[in-house]
Amino acid sequence: MILAAVDLQAILLSAKVGSVATLLALPLGFAAAWLLVFGTFRGKLLLELVCNLPLTLPPVVVGYLLLLLLGVQGPLGSILEPLGIRIIFTWKAAVIASLVVGFPLLVRSIRLSMEAINPQLLQAARSLGAGPLDLVLTMILPLSRRGILAGSSLFFARSLGEFGATIIIAGNIPGVTQTLPLAIYDYAAAPSGEGAALALCAVSIVLALAVLLLHETILQRTKGT
Amino acid sequence: MELQLQLCKQQGAFLLDIDLAIRGERVGIFGPSGSGKSTLVSLITGLAQPDAGRILLDGELLFDSQSRKNLPPEQRRIALVFQSHALFPHLTVRQNLLYGYRRCPAGERRIELGEVAAVLGLTPLLDTDPATLSGGERQRVALGRAILSSPRLLIMDEPLSALDDDLRYRIIPYLKLTAERFSIPFVFISHSLVEMRLMTEQVAVLERGRLTNWCTPDTLARLRMGTSPVGYINLLELGPPQEEQGLLSFPWAGRQLLLSGAVGNQPGLFELSSKDIILCKRHPEAISARNLLPCTVKLLFESGSKTGVQLDCNGACLIADIVPAAVQELQITPGSTIWAAIKASAFRRL
Repeated sequence: MILAAVDLQAILLSAKVGSVATLLALPLGFAAAWLLVFGTFRGKLLLELVCNLPLTLPPVVVGYLLLLLLGVQGPLGSILEPLGIRIIFTWKAAVIASLVVGFPLLVRSIRLSMEAINPQLLQAARSLGAGPLDLVLTMILPLSRRGILAGSSLFFARSLGEFGATIIIAGNIPGVTQTLPLAIYDYAAAPSGEGAALALCAVSIVLALAVLLLHETILQRTKGT
Repeated sequence: MELQLQLCKQQGAFLLDIDLAIRGERVGIFGPSGSGKSTLVSLITGLAQPDAGRILLDGELLFDSQSRKNLPPEQRRIALVFQSHALFPHLTVRQNLLYGYRRCPAGERRIELGEVAAVLGLTPLLDTDPATLSGGERQRVALGRAILSSPRLLIMDEPLSALDDDLRYRIIPYLKLTAERFSIPFVFISHSLVEMRLMTEQVAVLERGRLTNWCTPDTLARLRMGTSPVGYINLLELGPPQEEQGLLSFPWAGRQLLLSGAVGNQPGLFELSSKDIILCKRHPEAISARNLLPCTVKLLFESGSKTGVQLDCNGACLIADIVPAAVQELQITPGSTIWAAIKASAFRRL
């Protein structure tokens, strides 16, 4: 089983997109989960819906909406364009697609962990002099690490598989925005691509298994905390 | 310590309505579950907000609904010890103990880790994971952690309820002596009258969200004697015992008390219900009860349908409860001498 240079690029790009998306999503996901669990504000239901919407929405719809938003004529794209920042049809677009589509998984996982924190621990910390930010850093963050780690691994796996939103907003340019699933799509559509498609599928399976294994290990290791 | 509370808090159908000034170093809040004790704690510490009212601690305003003042809990310097210990599971014992210490302004710190760890017997445990500790050890860490934050006030919210009976009364001296040693005033919350009597000097009684009494714990115990199923609990400190006729003979008030059953052969604190003391006008020639003590009647008091008889027994105090008809028959008046008969099996170790 020999992989062509483009295939390797696709694998590396997928890993890069997945890693960058995970790193960007973590602080956002943590903040969203914190707001949903500990926040008392109007519009909490709205935030909850927005956070969960990409889970039920077809990724193609997400991709199309992002394209409208970030396109050169779009409300955000037209602001970024004069600054020399172009997102669509670059690898950054693939990151954003992954970020939006995988976000609900991450938030859900962190949120479950935060909800499981014994409220008396937080009350004790406050009565011992911890202010709100101190509380987040020394209590909520370490006490929800199980959800943060488990959610990140799930999120990373989801972004490795991201297809629908990515193909719309990032396109399918070999060596530039062609991630692993997009490369498989190309091979599957080509008349003699069966062998190469299978080889990349095998890589996908190995990666997915590795991430799931990591996920399970995290859950086992952090049991009871 | 002086804590002034004027509070109103509606929670569903439950209304907490308190107007009380608490003065003293060892104060209790006594009440059955559902009386509003925990709500009151969360209002004093600032973890919840009253609907209206004000809270002053030693003259400093912590909360005032009129001037919209509300000092956040982390600035009130009121430490809490919970029933469930609430030790931080991701920190070692040492880090737990130092959590509040590090957050206390340097100028206000007056208690050091080494001293507290030594007093509470935690020195060998400092680098362990709290999950490996026993219930009693956890409670001591929770207490040490609270004390090390050099609080102006320590609130202990049912701190003993999660512990086994025999452990509970072994922890009490720790709680009391540690707070005294580091001169931290405390408010002790409990639904146990015996705990109150061992821990506090003054008690606020809370019932259905309202303050119904403010008195000494002993007065409260006398008031409740007539209605309590266990009567009044006499607390007796007994010395080291010796075996005698298959029973254990403990010195108490210059006399020997005979105890039977599995009471253990160590000195300690024992309880004896006022219901288990039988009074006789004259020395009965033969009686199955193994303890027969000559006493002087100090005073009589009414409690519900019962009459309490306070006895002076060689300088020590015992309270027996009898029905008013028996008072007539025995012609008990203050100053009269009487015999108190107590079965060897009536004592229970705390």
